[in-house]
Amino acid sequence: MQEIEKIVNGQKLFQRPEYKEVLNNKKEFEGGMGAIDPEKVKEVAEWTKSWDYREKNLAREAITVNPAKACQPLGAVMVALGFENTMPYVHGSHGCVAYFRSYFTKHFKEPTPCVSDSMTEDAAVFGGLANMKDGLKNCAALYKPEMIAVSTTCMAEVIGDDLNAFATAAKDEDGGEFLPAGFPIPYAHTPSFTGSHITGYDNMMHGILDQLSEKSEEKKERINIIPGFETYIGSIRSVKSIAEAFGASYLMLGDHSDQWDMPAGEYSMFAGGTPIADAKDAVNSTATISLQKYATVKTMKMVHKRWKHQGGFSNPIGLKGTDEFVMKLAELTGKEVPEKLKIERGRLVDAMQDSYPYMHGKKFAIWGDPDFLIGMISFLLEMGAEPTHVLCHNAPRGWEEEMRALLDTSPAHASCHVWAGKDLWHMRSLLFTEPVDFMIGNSYGKELMRDTGTPLIYIGFPIFDRHHLHRYSIAGYDGALNLLTWITNKVLDQLDEETKNIASTDYFFDLVR
Amino acid sequence: MGPESLEARQKAAVEEVLKAYPAKAAKNRAKHLGVGGPEDESQKTCGNVRSNKKTVPGVMSQRGCAYAGSKGVVWGPVKDMIHISHGPIGCGQYSRAGRRNYYIGTTGVDTFVTMNFSSDFQEKDIVFGGDKKLAVCFKEIDELFPLNNGISVQSECPIGLIGDDINATSKQYTKQTGKTVIPVNCEGFRGVSQSLGHHIANDTVRDYVFEAKPQTLGEEIKETPYDVAIIGDYNIGGDAWSSRILLEEMGLRVVAQWSGDATLKEMAATTKVKLNLLHCYRSMNYISRHMEKEYGIPWIEYNFFGPSQTIKSLRKIAAFFDESIQKKCEEVIAKYQPLVDAVVNKYRPRLEGKQVMLFVGGLRPRHVIGAYEDLGMEVIGTGYEFAHDDDYKRTKDEIFRSTVIYDDVNEYELEAFVKKLQPDLVASGIKEKYVFQKMGLPYRQMHSWDYSGPYHGYDGFAIFAQDMDLAINSPVWAHTKAPWEKEGEA
Repeated sequence: MQEIEKIVNGQKLFQRPEYKEVLNNKKEFEGGMGAIDPEKVKEVAEWTKSWDYREKNLAREAITVNPAKACQPLGAVMVALGFENTMPYVHGSHGCVAYFRSYFTKHFKEPTPCVSDSMTEDAAVFGGLANMKDGLKNCAALYKPEMIAVSTTCMAEVIGDDLNAFATAAKDEDGGEFLPAGFPIPYAHTPSFTGSHITGYDNMMHGILDQLSEKSEEKKERINIIPGFETYIGSIRSVKSIAEAFGASYLMLGDHSDQWDMPAGEYSMFAGGTPIADAKDAVNSTATISLQKYATVKTMKMVHKRWKHQGGFSNPIGLKGTDEFVMKLAELTGKEVPEKLKIERGRLVDAMQDSYPYMHGKKFAIWGDPDFLIGMISFLLEMGAEPTHVLCHNAPRGWEEEMRALLDTSPAHASCHVWAGKDLWHMRSLLFTEPVDFMIGNSYGKELMRDTGTPLIYIGFPIFDRHHLHRYSIAGYDGALNLLTWITNKVLDQLDEETKNIASTDYFFDLVR
Repeated sequence: MGPESLEARQKAAVEEVLKAYPAKAAKNRAKHLGVGGPEDESQKTCGNVRSNKKTVPGVMSQRGCAYAGSKGVVWGPVKDMIHISHGPIGCGQYSRAGRRNYYIGTTGVDTFVTMNFSSDFQEKDIVFGGDKKLAVCFKEIDELFPLNNGISVQSECPIGLIGDDINATSKQYTKQTGKTVIPVNCEGFRGVSQSLGHHIANDTVRDYVFEAKPQTLGEEIKETPYDVAIIGDYNIGGDAWSSRILLEEMGLRVVAQWSGDATLKEMAATTKVKLNLLHCYRSMNYISRHMEKEYGIPWIEYNFFGPSQTIKSLRKIAAFFDESIQKKCEEVIAKYQPLVDAVVNKYRPRLEGKQVMLFVGGLRPRHVIGAYEDLGMEVIGTGYEFAHDDDYKRTKDEIFRSTVIYDDVNEYELEAFVKKLQPDLVASGIKEKYVFQKMGLPYRQMHSWDYSGPYHGYDGFAIFAQDMDLAINSPVWAHTKAPWEKEGEA
C-alpha cells in the first residue's frame, strides 16, 4: 500500500512485496513457453546472440522487425510546416494524421497542426472528391491558413485519386467564399509503399516549389537553401547564421525551426516559416543549395534542369562538411570567408584536439537517415573513431557506394560495415556478434542498449524519451561542437561507470580528465 | 466569474464555436456539441449529443482509425503474440510503444509488445498482392522467435483495397503448423474512428481464440467458484496490476487480464470464468456480450478511478459472490480507508474547486470524473474521441453539474472552449498537450498518464492525486508572464 509521506508511482510501487506476489501469482495463468519453462527462455535468449541466429536473421526476406524509417506523408507534413501560415492537409483517413501529429509531437514536445479529410469506406468506393471539396473549405474557414499543402496516404494512392483535379474542383465549388482564386493549394502524391519519409519530403518540396514558382525576367543574386528532413531545429539556425555571416542574400526554403520551437505565452497555430512570396520567388534566385542530397533528389533535379541554378548539395555536419559548405558560400557570393567563421572553426578544432583521445579508436554502431549518416560518419572519421556498423534502413540508390567510399578513407576500413536496407533487429544481431563500444541513434536504440549493454548516444530522429536535444544544432561548427560534447561526455560517463566500483576498479576513477 | 452562470457561458461557447464553420459543417457539428445537466430528463444522451458519425473533413480531429483500435488497443498489448502491421511501414512505426501497455517478460524472446513487426509493403506488393509475402513472414517469425504463442495480422488500408485474402493465408498456415494465426481486417478506412477496430478485433477473439480453442497452450486451468477476468484494461502504466491486487485481496481469482500483460492462454481461459469484469466498456463490450450469450458468463462494468467509484465497484463485484467474498470486500475497503483519508486530507485543500476539462478516448471522459470529485475538483467539460450513444448515456450518471459535452471535438473547438471557459486544468492527449501548455495552462496527458501511473485502484488514486497537484500547483505556470509585463497582459 502507498505511504502518504512518500507516494510512489509504478516504477517503485510494483517492486513492493505485495505486488511481486501478484505478478508471481499471475504466471500460473499465463501459459506458453515463457511461464512454463524459464530455462527455455534463457536458452533462446542466448541463441539470439549467436552467429547462427545472425545468419538466419540476415537472411530474412519478408518480415521487417523494428524498422528505422517511416512513410512518405510524414516528410510531406514537415515540408508544409516549413512555410508561413501553411496547413498540411492529408488526403486520406484521419488515422494517419493522428499518427503523424503524435509522432512529431512526441519528438519535438510541440503542437503539430495537420488536417485530413477523413476518408472512410464510401470514399474508398467512390473516391475522395467529396471529402476534398468539403475538407479544403472547412480547413480554410476554421484555421485560416494562407496556403494548404496537400499530400496523400496509401489509401488515396491505391484508389488513384487525382489531387490536381480535386483541388481545382474544390475551388470551383467553393466559388471563392473560403478559397479565393489565387489561394495556393500545392500538392504531392506521397504513396507510403514507396521510399520513406525522406521521399515524401522530396515530393512535397518539389510540389510546392514547382507549383508556386513565378518566374520573372530578372534573376536575383540570392541563394536558396533547402534544409531537408531536418529534425534539429538548431541546425537550421546554425546554417542561417553562417549565411548571415557572409552577408549573403538567402532564402531558407521550408524553415520549420520556429514552428517546432514556440515560446510559451500565447498559442497560435503557425509560427515562422518561409513566406509564401519567397517560395514563389525562389525560382528567381541564382543558386540553390540542398543540405540533404538524398532527401531532395527530385527537387534538386528540377532546380538544376529547369531553374538552371548553381549550387548543388552540401552536407554541413562535422568539420569537413561545414568547411565545404562555407567554401560553397564563399564561391557563390564571391566573398572571403568571414572572420567570425574562421574563429568558430578554430575553436572547434581546438575542442577536437582536447577531446580526441576519448573518441580515437572507439568502435561505433550508428543508424539513421542517409544524409545524416554521411555527415556523422564524416565527423567520426575526423575524430579517429571506427564506425563499425553503419545502418541505413531507407538507403536510396547510390548511398551505399558513397558511404563505402567514405569509410574506405579510414585506416580501419576493413572492419567497417555498411548495412543498407536493414532494420534494427538486424542491428541487434550485429551488435551481439561484432560488438562496438557505443551506439549513436534514436530512441529505438533503447532496447538495443538494454539487450546488448552497448551505451547509446542519443542523436537522430525520433527521440521520444530524452528532452530538448532537438533544440540544439548538429550542423555548422557549433553543431560539430555539440556532437563532440555529447559523444565525448558519454564516453567519459561510461568510463566512470566501469571504474566506479569501490576498492576494485576505482583506481581509474579519475577526478581530472 | 462574471454574473452569468456557468451553464450560460457553456451554451454561449457552443454557439460561438459553430459560427466559425461553413454552413454544412456547422449543421453537422451542432449535433455533436451540447451542454449536459444531471437533472435534465429531456436529454437522450448527455448534452443530447450525437456520436459515432463521420468526422467533418478538413478539421484536426483527434480520432484514430480502425487499425489503431485493433492493433493499438485490443491485440497489440497481448504480450506473447507477434502482431504484424500488414502493409506499408508507417502505421506500425507510428503506433510503436506509444501506449504504455506494461508487461513482464523477455522482450524479443517470449514477449513482443514494444516491438514493431511490419510486412513493409513496397509498390510491387500493391500491384501483385502481398499474400505470398505474408506467408513468408509467418515462417520467418517462427524461425526467429520460436517462443511466440501466436501471430495476428493487422491489416492496413491497402490490404482491403487490393483484395488480399489474409484469412486464407492465415488459415493455411494454421492448418500446416497448428499455430494460432489471427487475421484482422482492421483497415484504417473502415468505420469512423478506432471504435470499429475494437469491434472487428473482438470478433476475431471470438472466432480465433474462443471457437478455435488453441491447442498449443498447455494444460487447461482448473476452475474455482471465484474465477473472474479483467476485460478491457490495457495496463497503462500498470493500471491492471493495481486493480488486480484488490480483486485478489477480496478473495477472487483473476485468471485472465486483457489486453494489458495478457497472454493468449489467459484469453482462451476466459470462457470458463464466473464473472467478467469490464473496465473499458467501449472497446470490449462486444466480446463480453458474446461470452454472456454463448457461455452464460455475466459481465459487469466497474470503475476503479477514485475511491468513491472504487468502493461502489468493489461492492458491486462482491454482490455476485457469497458472503465470504462480501465480508472480505468490506475488509479491503476498510483496510484502504486510512490511505484514502490521508490522500484526500493532503491534496483536497490544494485542489478544491479547481475546474477541469477532459477529452480522451472511450471510457475515461466519464470514468475519471469521480476521481476528480473525490479531490474536490469539478469537471466542466468532457467528451470522447470515439464513443457511441450508450457511452454518452452513461456519462449523464457521472456529471454533477452542467457540463459542456463535445463529441469528436477538434483542435479548433477544444481550444475555443478552453479559452472561453478558462478551466484550471486540461486533461487530454499528446496532440493537444503542448497547445494548452503554451497558454500556460496546467495539463495532464490522460491517455498515458503522462508517463506516470498507475491511476487505478487505491494505490493509483494516491498517484493520481499527487500528479494533479503537481500539474496544478507547479510554480512553472507562474513564469509564463514576464516580470516586465503589466497586470492583465498574457
